[in-house]
Amino acid sequence: MLHYRNLKSTACAIAVIGSFVGGGSAHAQDAVNLRMTIWSANEAHLKLFNEIAAGFKQNHPNVTVTYESLPFETYTTALTTQIAGGNAPDMAWIFETSAYDFVKSGALYPLSDTLKATEGYNLDEVSAGATERWMQNGTLYAYPFSTSPFAMFVNNDLVKAAGATTPGEMVATGEWTWDNAIATASAVARSDKGGLVVRDFNYQAWQYLTSVWNGWGASPWSEDGKTCTMAEKPMADALAFIHDAVFTKKAMPGPGETVDFFAGNAAMTITQISRASLLPKDKPFDWDLVPLPKGPAGEYALIGQAGVGVMQSGKNAETAAEFVAYMTNPENSAKLSQFFPSARKSLLNAEVLKKTNPLLSEEQIDKVVISGIATGKVMPGHTGFAQIQQMVRSNLDSIWRPEADVPTTLQKICGQIGPLLKR
Amino acid sequence: MAVAQENAYPEGRSLSPFWTIARRDSLAGFLFIAPQLIGIIAFVLIPLGLVFWYSLHEWNVLANTFTYTGAQNYLMLIEDESLVEVLGATAIFSAGLVVMNMSLALLLAVLLNQKLAGIAIFRTLFFSPVVVSLVAWTIVWGFLLQKNGGINGMLLMVGIEGPNWLREETTAMISVIVVQVFKNVGLNMILFLAALQGVPKELYEAARIDGAPAFKQFRRITLPLISPTILLTSIITIVGSLQVFAQIAVLTQGGPGLSTTVLVYYLYQQAFQFHFFGYGSTLSIMLFAIVAVLTFAQWQMRKRIVFYES
Repeated sequence: MLHYRNLKSTACAIAVIGSFVGGGSAHAQDAVNLRMTIWSANEAHLKLFNEIAAGFKQNHPNVTVTYESLPFETYTTALTTQIAGGNAPDMAWIFETSAYDFVKSGALYPLSDTLKATEGYNLDEVSAGATERWMQNGTLYAYPFSTSPFAMFVNNDLVKAAGATTPGEMVATGEWTWDNAIATASAVARSDKGGLVVRDFNYQAWQYLTSVWNGWGASPWSEDGKTCTMAEKPMADALAFIHDAVFTKKAMPGPGETVDFFAGNAAMTITQISRASLLPKDKPFDWDLVPLPKGPAGEYALIGQAGVGVMQSGKNAETAAEFVAYMTNPENSAKLSQFFPSARKSLLNAEVLKKTNPLLSEEQIDKVVISGIATGKVMPGHTGFAQIQQMVRSNLDSIWRPEADVPTTLQKICGQIGPLLKR
Repeated sequence: MAVAQENAYPEGRSLSPFWTIARRDSLAGFLFIAPQLIGIIAFVLIPLGLVFWYSLHEWNVLANTFTYTGAQNYLMLIEDESLVEVLGATAIFSAGLVVMNMSLALLLAVLLNQKLAGIAIFRTLFFSPVVVSLVAWTIVWGFLLQKNGGINGMLLMVGIEGPNWLREETTAMISVIVVQVFKNVGLNMILFLAALQGVPKELYEAARIDGAPAFKQFRRITLPLISPTILLTSIITIVGSLQVFAQIAVLTQGGPGLSTTVLVYYLYQQAFQFHFFGYGSTLSIMLFAIVAVLTFAQWQMRKRIVFYES
């Protein structure tokens, strides 16, 4: 009797396990779960991404895409830790500063063939300048889904209260220069409000100062990335100007001072136009968006990029590449451009951008967005950027004090990062 | 022997002669310690072995390459110019933390070792930072230590212009030490308090009869009798000081310059920010060696400085 009961139990167990294993294998062959790491946790962004994933699922019912939001400040560290731990995502957003590391290492799956094979994708309408950083040997390894120009947001209420000319008026009269911008910021800073804030810089992320020193034609390294140019005159002049603006004219908040433009506490801030979403909905102030001021080297523009790539080590790299193609096709790029401006020529016109950026006027779209994307240089980047960034940062700390010796510090920086650039 | 086995299993089950009482006892003992032992093997010994293995390799996470390089990473320790500065910052941080933490903890413990109404409230108050989330505690201090933050605001009210605490080399190091001391001083204070309450009262009574002043009583009675606790807290505090990470990451990111880049933060940078996992592992082995040597040295010193009543 006992023997019979045991036999029956075993048969049941085998049947149950068998149904799981058998059914599971048939199902597992088809079911594909893709994970994409992103640095945004914005609800509106996630809603749009999920809509795009749902759209992809209509033609690929077996594919489920999930998004994993990682903190912005430690994004690349968290991503590489996942890779090191053997838990790499299928797709990942990549900062423009670390693009070279990812593209040149072979960590990414080549996208060119998949994008070109996608019906209606029209990769050719994306400018060569926008894709340059994301390519190697003629193959695209990540798609720059966001090409967002840096611009100056202005609080006209604070500027007028300080009795200064507004940047908008200076743009109209052709007097929108760095000297005048700092004079206006200084006038506002004499009250209890802040002058000009270079957002995200915080005396740590020095690469954001590119939005200023490009006006002097300065660059941290040569075009080929092999030679340090930080000690050259344009950079020395630009940093001396910034130092004077911080410590003498008090036009910019000093190290350790926190001032938030979007809370109405500063006259101006330099940031990407996508930050317009931070403008206050309640008790809004009279704000304006103008191009970056003209520097001694003339007019210029700067763009920040974000790429999306497929990890080579993923089990479903081909399907992931198909999803990236779908996510960044012309139709979805148009949807994404309300948050992440596209480098597609067909989307770079006032009519489309006005629909997706209702907060901006046609003039702002034309002068800042379209012109910025068309003419802007991308933020500096380099292989091994994190190490170079840290080395420069630790040395620049000695500049951020009143009695700094700018030229000597810059010489020292070049002495230290020179060997890293040549690697 | 056979009788003994039968007695041991009154239900009539019998085991082979191999399972003697001693062996069964050993097995039971091993089974009792197995959870802890498995934990140590899985989460301490195996990772330690792996870190040593990684330290002999150049591991490029992005390129997915893992190349044996022998002692090259260890030679890099000698060539790394920044490491001297980092070890200096680590030594200053540890020394400052140990001195401030233990002095303040002992002072608080002595002050709170009184039979007064409401003394428990003060003990709770000083211990409460220990149970607060470390990151939350550090973020709040980060705001207070800003140039236009709360501390300088208070100083300004009495006419003093405070320094830029986290942006100047000297004040940045002092700030991270003080933030850490205030966070953990309660733990050492409680340990000292327990030790103080274990000192026999009659010894003080005898000393008072002999006319010994309070300081002498403290030096001749209290300190020797709480010396085992002083040893324990000093080991815990020194080892803890060498593991500090969150405070540095939140408050200074190792700056200004490298003035607050302590060893743990430096190895985090090398491994997780610069992707030099091999060299980061080598730095971990160095840190392990430093902690082991310091703990061993302190343990040896107990023979000289620790007084055991027994």
